[in-house]
Amino acid sequence: MKMTLTDITSSLSCDVFAGFDQLNIPIEFGCASDLMSDVLAFSQSGALLLTGLVNIQTIQTAYIAEIKAIVFVRGKKPDDNVIAMAKEKKIPLLGTQYSMYEACGILYEKGLIPTMAHLTCKESNG
Amino acid sequence: MKRDLFRQWHTLHAKNQMDKSFSQTFKVHGGNMYDAGKASTEIKSILKQLGISSPTIRRVAIAAYEAEMNVVMYAKQAMIKFEVSPEEIIISIDDEGPGIPDVSLAMQEGYSTATPEMREMGFGAGMGLPNIKKNSDFFKVESIVGKGTKLEILIHINNS
Repeated sequence: MKMTLTDITSSLSCDVFAGFDQLNIPIEFGCASDLMSDVLAFSQSGALLLTGLVNIQTIQTAYIAEIKAIVFVRGKKPDDNVIAMAKEKKIPLLGTQYSMYEACGILYEKGLIPTMAHLTCKESNG
Repeated sequence: MKRDLFRQWHTLHAKNQMDKSFSQTFKVHGGNMYDAGKASTEIKSILKQLGISSPTIRRVAIAAYEAEMNVVMYAKQAMIKFEVSPEEIIISIDDEGPGIPDVSLAMQEGYSTATPEMREMGFGAGMGLPNIKKNSDFFKVESIVGKGTKLEILIHINNS
């Protein structure tokens, strides 16, 4: 199921730090990690990334992995350098007070598909 | 420059000139985590301008970024050479650094020698070299302890 960033902003009561003009973009997949190499290994192009890691390399990794938008969890706020890079790379940045666990649960319940769903289905089918 | 790259690439492709390629070399300095990633983001931009397919760009960008991060985290400096021909993309990394004592161990997922500073930046999952291998069609690592490491990464271009 596709949600828009506006839906996600509303569901997680997000602040918007960058990408105010991109909130209508559809998002179908989600992933969550604080390890950037795991994001590169296990995300999909066009996914939403939930992370508590607020630094320049998060934006670089997101750009490389073609992450469509980032939600910083646990009330983390990006500094001006991080926001500037996100604007340059055209990656919306949102922030929520929810923990990663809660934020993932909320979005999962609303139908955001995990980027590793194909592996999960394979395991559950035996 | 954008129009010139596009025109040059498509001329090469149309003539199927396998012996001709586009190449660019980047110098990367070790130690600066803040600036890390510039070479690989430039590589990604170039591939977009050349009209390469998105799945191929993603593979190249991930492999290049992981390789560049290894240089920044562990080496003194490196030359990253990026070559594009109509059929394939080759990234060659030649660094001056400590080298890798056990390459097969370094290739294992989860094995990491990352410092606390690197882990604070989100690295150290032990997925760097495995990610490069996963995203390449050919991957070679040569390393001499006390001297440095050479990587060769080849990715076939998929224009579907």
